[in-house]
Amino acid sequence: MMLTRRALLRSGACALAAVAMPPRFLARAAGAAEARGKVLVTIFQRGAVDGLSMVPPHGDPAYYAGRPSIALARPQRGDEATALDLDGFFALHPALAPLTPLWKTGTLAVVHACGSPEATRSHFDAQDYMESGTPGVKSTADGWLGRAAVALPAERVSPFRAVALGPRLPRILRGEAAALAVTSLDRFDVQTPSAPAATARGFESLYADGIRDLLHGTGRETFEAVRMLKSAGATSLGPANGADYPRGRFGESLRQIAQLVRAEVGLRIAFTDVGGWDTHVGQGAEQGQLGNRLRELGAGLAALAQDLGDRMSDVVVLTMSEFGRTVAENGNRGTDHGHATAMLVLGGGVRGGRVYGRWPGLAPEQRFEGRDLAVTTDFRALFHEVTTRHLALPATASLFPGWRPGGSPLGLLG
Amino acid sequence: MRRPAAALLALLLAGAGLLTPLAAAAAEAERATIVHVLQRLTYGPRPGDVERVEAMGLEAWLERQLDPARVDDTATERALAALPTLTMSIADLHAQYPRPGDQNFAAGEGASKRPIRIAGELQAGRMLRAVRSERQLQEVMVDFWANHFNVFVGKGELRWYATAWEREVIRPHALGRFPELLRATARHPAMLFYLDNWLSTRGDFTRRFGPSAGRRAGLNENYARELMELHTLGVDGGYTQQDVTEVARAFTGWTIERPRGEARFVFRPAMHDHGDKVVLGQPLRRGGERDGDDVLDLLARHPATARFIATKLVRRFVADDPPPVLVERVAAVYRDTGGDVRAMLRAIVAAPEFRAPETLGAKIKKPSELVAGAARAAGAVIDARGALALARASAQIGEGFYEAQAPTGHPDRAEAWVSPGTLLARMNFALALVDGRLPGVRVDVGALVAGVDRRQPGAVLERLLATLLHERVSPATREVLKAQLATPVITRLTLDDRGPADTDVAKLAALVLGSPEFQRR
Repeated sequence: MMLTRRALLRSGACALAAVAMPPRFLARAAGAAEARGKVLVTIFQRGAVDGLSMVPPHGDPAYYAGRPSIALARPQRGDEATALDLDGFFALHPALAPLTPLWKTGTLAVVHACGSPEATRSHFDAQDYMESGTPGVKSTADGWLGRAAVALPAERVSPFRAVALGPRLPRILRGEAAALAVTSLDRFDVQTPSAPAATARGFESLYADGIRDLLHGTGRETFEAVRMLKSAGATSLGPANGADYPRGRFGESLRQIAQLVRAEVGLRIAFTDVGGWDTHVGQGAEQGQLGNRLRELGAGLAALAQDLGDRMSDVVVLTMSEFGRTVAENGNRGTDHGHATAMLVLGGGVRGGRVYGRWPGLAPEQRFEGRDLAVTTDFRALFHEVTTRHLALPATASLFPGWRPGGSPLGLLG
Repeated sequence: MRRPAAALLALLLAGAGLLTPLAAAAAEAERATIVHVLQRLTYGPRPGDVERVEAMGLEAWLERQLDPARVDDTATERALAALPTLTMSIADLHAQYPRPGDQNFAAGEGASKRPIRIAGELQAGRMLRAVRSERQLQEVMVDFWANHFNVFVGKGELRWYATAWEREVIRPHALGRFPELLRATARHPAMLFYLDNWLSTRGDFTRRFGPSAGRRAGLNENYARELMELHTLGVDGGYTQQDVTEVARAFTGWTIERPRGEARFVFRPAMHDHGDKVVLGQPLRRGGERDGDDVLDLLARHPATARFIATKLVRRFVADDPPPVLVERVAAVYRDTGGDVRAMLRAIVAAPEFRAPETLGAKIKKPSELVAGAARAAGAVIDARGALALARASAQIGEGFYEAQAPTGHPDRAEAWVSPGTLLARMNFALALVDGRLPGVRVDVGALVAGVDRRQPGAVLERLLATLLHERVSPATREVLKAQLATPVITRLTLDDRGPADTDVAKLAALVLGSPEFQRR
């Protein structure tokens, strides 16, 4: 059933790709209006980022009480080594300093005390729920970004419309829309010294027959994508505007997402993930383990915005993490698995310069189960609002089965 | 050509009244069963393996594999000698491969003594055994348990601990009893470090020595939670947050002595929470170090653990979605035998579900299975360097040994491994393998088609399908490959164009190894 619909979608895509293969300059000229579509870039911080360090609530006295060795020092104006004040109550971790210009220009927003209605503190389950979009329900086969890809207007079908950077297709992008997982755009082709093109045709024909199973379907998509990437010349695009990506897999992923955006290959949804947030031991404050991870995050996001330049007006970047961490530090100067965390939203259409969401407070009696930051914004409310508005999905699109947006929207996107 | 020859022999025997057509069909079916068993219980058949098992009898082969000490593996052991860190103690590794910045570091022998080399040798060792070892089922189970009790070699001290972990914990117990394996994992510095238990103390403990002297320590729940969620009960095993905290308290004081030296397990009573504890409704009565032992016993005996282990074994050996009836049967074997891994494996192999038509070829090979399987199928000769190249190839397709950062380990389901990018990486690996572009990996493509007239591309193809796929090939794939024979890529013409002079066996073999059929096991 699923594969049939998926196969249908893909055969439509093939037809489109066949006509959409004129020389690049023609495609540019003819498709300009369509090409500059909206793009949603999503980043999963796997391992549960400590939202209380990423965006510390320095105005909440209980923040300091529970964290004698890892709380960030109160913001000092002009001192970049301390937390960077945002609004008199919240601050940014100093390692995220590259993002402050985006805050000041109003393109960066924070949603705090955001998370899942499910109380699980299992990384695996919580990630699973955040990716399936159905907290508490494990039988959901597809992911919510996968469902968003299906809901995209049909004329936008491209093998690159939904792409995950990484060796495996994540849960969040599974579904009928056949998303692409790719580690390296540079190596995204058949590689052999003798007759590579003919060899590629040989492999392609092995997967071209009518069998509708996972392998054959994937094989067909693979070669369609290889051809399109080549004709668009994406991999020859170096970072623009002096953008400087951090070294490592995360920076590489963002750099390649920018290449796909700039090459106008029809990218609408991008996903990448970055690990190392499970800071049970020696988390650090301004400096240290968590600071290093945040430095990479901040430098990567800033480089992406820099690289995309004007095109950033069509892009929204959304970060997420499966849960937050305990309000109090543990015995190893680290934090254990908690509940709510903070998520970042940045991009052209974002009403930034604001921290969204109701602050539940950190005093013991205000905590979830007496220990964790409580959730006041269901992650589905945030994801739904950003995704459906930014990608202009039809009102009927159901990204989160069994859930309806209730109350007033956050108003994140103008 | 092996298969037609066998068929001819069967025909002759049948003609002589020695073998009825029915018996010939039965022999065919038996061969198919052997291929299936080798696909599931080993890293895939090498040339000649099916015939060897046929001669020995499947039952006898299985029993030998279940008792690896009876299988001679001296050739593999000799090859492993090129990886000296595999037999070194944690203390020796610390001394000879000091961390950068350590006082011994400058005295080290440069790049060859960098700690990263330890992980490289460990990964190469796994791949060398996967490709070459005669104790194949043991290797498959080492992989299974290494994922079940995942540790990540990139986390801190694990670089120095992971080698001993595999050698002392995973390997000796791979075909043993689950409760003993579980107990061994809980006390090993690798697990104590990976899930932070070595730092977990009673809430009011203040360290007296070391870099954290004078600082108040406290409880760390990381191990307690994963012990129940991932190692024993499973996430739906019926435990609560309260149980997690109680289990964490039970394991306080289970720590590491001289973590940057010999790194031995030690129980420190001063760090232990001596208060009363209740886990899953059961009070822990003995106290001290025995609290942890009692938790392990409780968990190993729990019916949810039997079901969880059975589910994962059936997923590995039978199907991504384990048939519930078979899971229940294997769980019953766990309960009846006290978690005997061999008994559970016997039950799985004997199960009708294991041999059901829908099970054949239903599993997608993980990257390590593809890489080792292709090397074996192609009769590749590898040394330690080649093993490292193959381990890196597997990592590029998504599965590096001991490189899964999260405690869940590498997944064991098709969706996790099949996507356009990885499929391309699989094809590129097949090309690199037969093109001879992997250092230390030698594939003699000529030997794969020995005795076949290479001027006859059709005959070459038939031989490759028999050797590499054991005829498990769809009519569509066979047609596509036949059509490829006509292209100049496969059939190189002579200068005067008078006829095919030679078949590019390597290219053709790469296409077979990159085909949909070879991705399945």
